[in-house]
This record gives sequence, C-alpha cells and structure tokens, in this order.
Amino acid sequence: MSKRTVQFKIYRYDPDKDAQPYMQDISVELEASDKKLLDAIVRLKTKDDSLSFRRSCREGVCGSDAMNINGKNGLACLTDIDKLAQPITLRPLPGLPVIRDLIVDMTQFFKQYHSIKPYLVNNDPAPERERLQTPEDREELNGLYECILCACCSTSCPSFWWNPDKFVGPAGLLAAYRFLADTRDQATNERLDNLEDPYRLFRCHTIMNCVDVCPKSLNPTRAIGKIKDMMVRRAV
Amino acid sequence: MNVAKRTFDAVIVGAGGAGLRAALQLSEAGLKTAVLTKVFPTRSHTVAAQGGVAASLGNSTEDNWHWHMYDTVKGSDWLGDQDAIEFMVRKANEVVIELEHYGMPFDRTDNGKIYQRPFGGHSMNYGQAPVMRSCAAADRTGHAMLHALYQRNVRANTQFFVEWMALDLIRNSEGDVLGVTAIEMETGEVSIFHAKATIFATGGAGRIYYSSTNAFINTGDGVGMAARSGIPLEDMEFWQFHPTGVAGAGVLITEGVRGEGGILRNASGERFMERYAPNLKDLASRDVVSRSMVTEINEGRGCGPDKDHVLLDITHLSPETIMKRLPGIREISIQFAGVDPIKAPIPVVPTCHYQMGGIPTNYKGQVVAPKNGDSNVPVAGFYAAGECACASVHGANRLGTNSLLDLLVFGKSAGETVVEDFKSGNLTLKPLPADAADVSLARINRLETQTGGSEVHDVRLAMQRTMQKHAGVFRFKELLQEGVTHILEVAEQAKVTQIADKSKVWNTARTEALELDNLIEVAKATMISAEARKESRGAHVRDDAPDTAEHPNGRDDQNWLKHTLWYSEGNRLDYKPVNLKPLSADVEPIALAKRTY
Repeated sequence: MSKRTVQFKIYRYDPDKDAQPYMQDISVELEASDKKLLDAIVRLKTKDDSLSFRRSCREGVCGSDAMNINGKNGLACLTDIDKLAQPITLRPLPGLPVIRDLIVDMTQFFKQYHSIKPYLVNNDPAPERERLQTPEDREELNGLYECILCACCSTSCPSFWWNPDKFVGPAGLLAAYRFLADTRDQATNERLDNLEDPYRLFRCHTIMNCVDVCPKSLNPTRAIGKIKDMMVRRAV
Repeated sequence: MNVAKRTFDAVIVGAGGAGLRAALQLSEAGLKTAVLTKVFPTRSHTVAAQGGVAASLGNSTEDNWHWHMYDTVKGSDWLGDQDAIEFMVRKANEVVIELEHYGMPFDRTDNGKIYQRPFGGHSMNYGQAPVMRSCAAADRTGHAMLHALYQRNVRANTQFFVEWMALDLIRNSEGDVLGVTAIEMETGEVSIFHAKATIFATGGAGRIYYSSTNAFINTGDGVGMAARSGIPLEDMEFWQFHPTGVAGAGVLITEGVRGEGGILRNASGERFMERYAPNLKDLASRDVVSRSMVTEINEGRGCGPDKDHVLLDITHLSPETIMKRLPGIREISIQFAGVDPIKAPIPVVPTCHYQMGGIPTNYKGQVVAPKNGDSNVPVAGFYAAGECACASVHGANRLGTNSLLDLLVFGKSAGETVVEDFKSGNLTLKPLPADAADVSLARINRLETQTGGSEVHDVRLAMQRTMQKHAGVFRFKELLQEGVTHILEVAEQAKVTQIADKSKVWNTARTEALELDNLIEVAKATMISAEARKESRGAHVRDDAPDTAEHPNGRDDQNWLKHTLWYSEGNRLDYKPVNLKPLSADVEPIALAKRTY
C-alpha cells in the first residue's frame, strides 16, 4: 500500500460550541502503513485534534471504537480502509444519545447488560478445587463468552431503537444465554423469570441485523432463539 | 478555584485485572470504594492477554510451586525478590480456582479440569522439560478473565467512575498519600477523591515505544503520577520485547502458539531456536527468544523482501487444533498479517510488550520507598498492584502467564492489606492540604492557554522513535548515552505541548496531552536507568557487557545484583538490594547461576 488521500464525511457535534450537529467534509493523506479505518482517523486527528472518538486496543478485543461506517456498524480497527467506498461516512452508533462527535452515551446499553445479572450464580459451598465441566459442556459457551460489549449489535437493532429502556437487546440477551448455558450456573429459573415479559426478550423479531454487524462473528439471534426454546420447554 | 471533593475509604485507580481484583476485596469487605477508570472496565488492556495464567495445578503434567518458583527466579535473571516470588507462586492455585468459581470459562481437560498448556520458560524439575502450567481459555484468557472479574464486581455492587482520568497523586507534607485528583472526561470537571487508602492499578506504559503490542491507553498514568509526586521508580530499564508481534502492525501473537507446537523459522526454513536454546527451544524465555530472532535478522537470515522479520509456523498443526485452541490468533493473523496460519506462517518481530519495573511495592501491595536508611519503608496510605507496580516478581525478565498471575495475586493482596489496615485502625482520613488540587488545575490551565508550543503527536512520536532506537532489544553504550540527551530534549518539548481543542466536553486532545506527561516520566526513567546499568541481565543486554568467563551472559552480580531506583527530581538514581531470601523456611533460596535454556 502506498501513500494515498482518503475523503471523509464525518458527523461532528461539540455541545460546547455547536448549536447542532453537522457533517464535515475532510480528507487526509495516509502513510503506507495506515491500513485500518482507525489508522486513518488517528492520522486525521493529527490534522484536527478536536475530532473525538474512543479507541484503545486497536485489535478488535476491547470494543471501544464501534461506529457507523458507511451506514453499517463496525469496529474502526477491524475495517480495511481501502475496501470502503469514498467519501467514507462516519456517524456515531445509532439510537444512543450523542455526547460529542463519534462518542455516544452508552448508559442505556450497559443498563440492559447489567439487568440480566451478568455473573455466575452458584450457591453451593465453594469446593477446594475447580468445579468440573466436561469439554462438551464448555463448548456450549463458545460463541457466547467472546462478546466485547462494543454495542454494534444492539445499536443496529430496530427493536432496541424503539424500546431501549424495555428491550434487553441482542448483547444483553447473548450474555443472558451465556449464563443459562453454563452448567455451573444454578439460576436458570430466575434468569428465565427475569426475561419473561412482552418486551425484555420477546421484542426480538429476528431481523438479524445483530448477526450481520457483529465484529466477532457471534450470533445473538440464535442465542435468543435458544432462550425462547427454554421458555417453551419450561412452560410444558 | 472551587473543586468538588468526594470522600471514600479507598480509591482504586484503574479497572483492569489488578484493579478489579483489588476492588472485589474491598467491596466484599464493605469498604466505601471508588474505582476510577479512564475506559469502561472491560476495555482495559488485560482484555488483550491471550495465552493463559500460570498456576501449578498439575492438571495435565506433574507440577508444584517449587518448580514454578525456580522458573520465575531464573526467568528474572535473579533480579526478582524471592519473598514476593514465593508468595505469588504459592497463591497461584488459590486465585485461579477462585476465578473459576467466579465463572471464568476456562477450557477443560477430558476429565473436566482447567485446561493447561506449555509456555515459555516454564519447566518441570528445575529446567528439564516443558511443563503444562498455563491455565487458558482458548487464546482469549485475558478477555475471559477481565469480563469474569468485572461481572463479579457487578455482583458485589462496586462503585465505578467510568471515563474518569486520574491526574495527580495528593500527598501531605509528611509524604502520606491522601487520594488523587481526577477529571471527568464527559464534562472536563476536576474533582478531588479524598481517601484513607489509594491503590494504583493503572497498568504499563508500553506506548513509550514506537512499536508496541500495547493499547493506546497504556500510557503509564499511575507510574507518571507517582514519579511526579516524588516516589522513585524501580528497575525501569527492564522492558519485555515479546518475540511475536505481527510484523508491521505490532499486534500480539501469543506465546501459546508456540505452547501448542508453533515453530520459529528463518529465511531458509531453519528452526533456529535449536541453536540458541537446545533444551526448551522455541519455549525458551522471552528475552532469549527475542534476542535470537534479532540476531537472525541482523545476520541476514530474516524473511521477506527486506529480510526484516522471521516466520511463526503452525501449518503442521491440525486445523481442528488451531480452530479450537487458537481461534483468536487466526483472526488476528488474517486481519493484520493477511495470512491464514492454517495455510501459511505468520510474519513476526519482537515488539515492546511489558514493563517489568514500576512503582516499588512489597508482596503485600504496599508502596515502599527509602527513608532514614531503610530501603523499603511503606508510604502511608499508598498501595499498587499489577503492571504499574514492581513487587518485584519479574525482575529483569517476566515469564509469559506470570503477568495475569501477578495482577490476581497482588491485586488481591493489596486489597487484603487495605482491609486489614482499615480494620486495625491504621488508616485514617488525614486532612487535605489547601493546595491539594493546584498542580492538576495548573496543568489543565496550561493546556487551555499554551501557545507557540509543540504538538502533542509530534512530541509523542519523537519520544517513541528515541526509545525504539536507543533502548531496544539490544542496547549499545553510545546509543544509550545519546538516548539520555535526546529524551531529556524531548521532555523539554513535553512541557510546552499545546492543543487546539479547547472544549470542556470529551476533549481527547487534552487527554492525550495529559497522558504524554505520564509517558515522558516513564521514558526518562527507562533511558536513564538503562544507561546507568553497566551489565547485561535479562531483557537489558548491552554491547559493552558481553558473555565472558568472568561474567557469564554479561551479568555482573558483584556490582549490579541490585534494584535501580530513579527519582524524577534531578533524574537522581539510587539502588537497593535484591531480596534473595524466600518468605518462608519451606524453600531454600534459589542460588545464583548462569541462565541457559
């Protein structure tokens, strides 16, 4: 890859000085080593230090730099800059209040995550050694525990847009199933009770935007389906 | 100026593994605790650890803490304190089992126990053969651990201040620590967190180097704050260069790849580690492997058109093993190296990874500093754990998987010490000095008003290039001397950084400028400590201290078996003895010997 100039259209809003948000047209010359979108916006920030976004690990595991990239949610650090159509349009994640530029207020997202009691419940006296779990039982957690809480899924979900206070959303429900699927957890009934509600679980209409955007290739829709199955099995 | 004040029993700065583990101790003991973190807890850099956490559980091969202790002391090139090392390896099983009980999704053996894999420098029977000691959740152990610890803290109702950046340590005229000042990123407001106990768990500062596996946030904030307030920094010349960063990108490829059977090859396809470490080969200690790689490259046996990297080969492993044990590595390799490791080897180079030195502590997590002729007097009210601290368990070179163990053991230990000190009445809320926030407000105000200064990214880049060139895998007398001059020049520019963004709201330009103040302290400490240490030991290897009969591997125990202490004020150096005596009578001291693998 050589030096090249890339065109951007970026959502800008600083409540300290802007009456309202606007889209900024800006371009930046990239170095040969700039390969990911994050490299490009870090480069851009050396030109305009007021551009605000979250970032940390730059390798897709911390979940900081989720944003809406040419209309689709994704992680800037895992998006190849040269595969994007220009001007590259960057917006904050949809459906959450914008604090500044590409930074959203994630309070509601984490509130829903916390609402499913995201921790193992096992009230037996702790044994001296590890609780045993077969490799097959452990495999049930694959595709569930890897979530990085980036919020790409929940903020691409129309059901979450409409009812962010009532619908747990794909990330929270994936986490809920992660504990339901864990053979060491004893709170199955309480967890199902906690989701048995017209909104919390059942607002998922299998639109599957969550699956489409997940940067870790996880499948919240399938996890939600499994929770619904558990509800049905419990009822009969 | 009127500054808001909040009062707590304890304030913890940092919510990575060490901070979260310490927080659990305090929350579960009912102490009123504030955890300050500049990122949401699960975004802390512990999340990026891959290969595992060491514990001599013996689930797949025979193992015991004596062997783990020997490996750690030897790995440290005898610079580690043997009391702290004994403490850590003996606590390992307990803290790993606890984590499993918290819900950590460890991989499992066929009989349902925690899966363990071999790792560099870990051996059975005092160096004889690799041992399976690294407890792993695929190649995402840090992610699984950090989330499990955060989740347990949710259960414990820990109070977090998310996206608050600590600015400065508050000390009174006696030197006691009374808390920190911090800025709320969303509003730009500065507050005082007044506490009976302050625990730093702020991680490392790998971003002082140009090429680093570390996250953007790893800016040594706690280390910089401690240094500015007069606390010395210990053994800062010792930085770990991880053998396998993706060439060009710096992203980490776990040593667990070699634990699962991966092999390093040079341009002719040779497994060159057989020449450098005939016994443990690719699983020798990290400093040894990194130097071997650089030697291969320097002698013209590197790979690629520029002969500037070597290859990490796992094409001989079954795709099933790769998909099951190393799925994250495969993703990273495809994303950042453009190769699928099932089909082709991964281009890798040694990359800055871990800060062995830090804020001096004892095994209880108390910060210690010299006073009245005693090298290790606790600083009242101040504790530290994890990468920002130097206990010292890693000495001159850390073994892989001992970092996750360090943050669990010493995070817990610091928490326990605070709880004990609190219950015994040793901790009191001491009055704040009237000027408690002045230093921080002056720093913020300078950034508001600075003109005609230097750009933050220019100064940071100059620092990173200087560190990379002058204090890398191999060190040279003249480059170190020049490096000291250069880094002090860069430090002058860091005093006059300027930013265009003046917004109060989520001002990341300001955050980066404040972070640079911390980074530059670490960079100075590193260069000056490295220039002064006239021997080769562990990760610090200089051209003028070669391997001789008198000084095997260039190590000079007669003159340099001692910890460096660097003080920011005047760049003063001091030294203190290494503790070669274990904590208990259950084990003999590990006697000094030449390190070979």
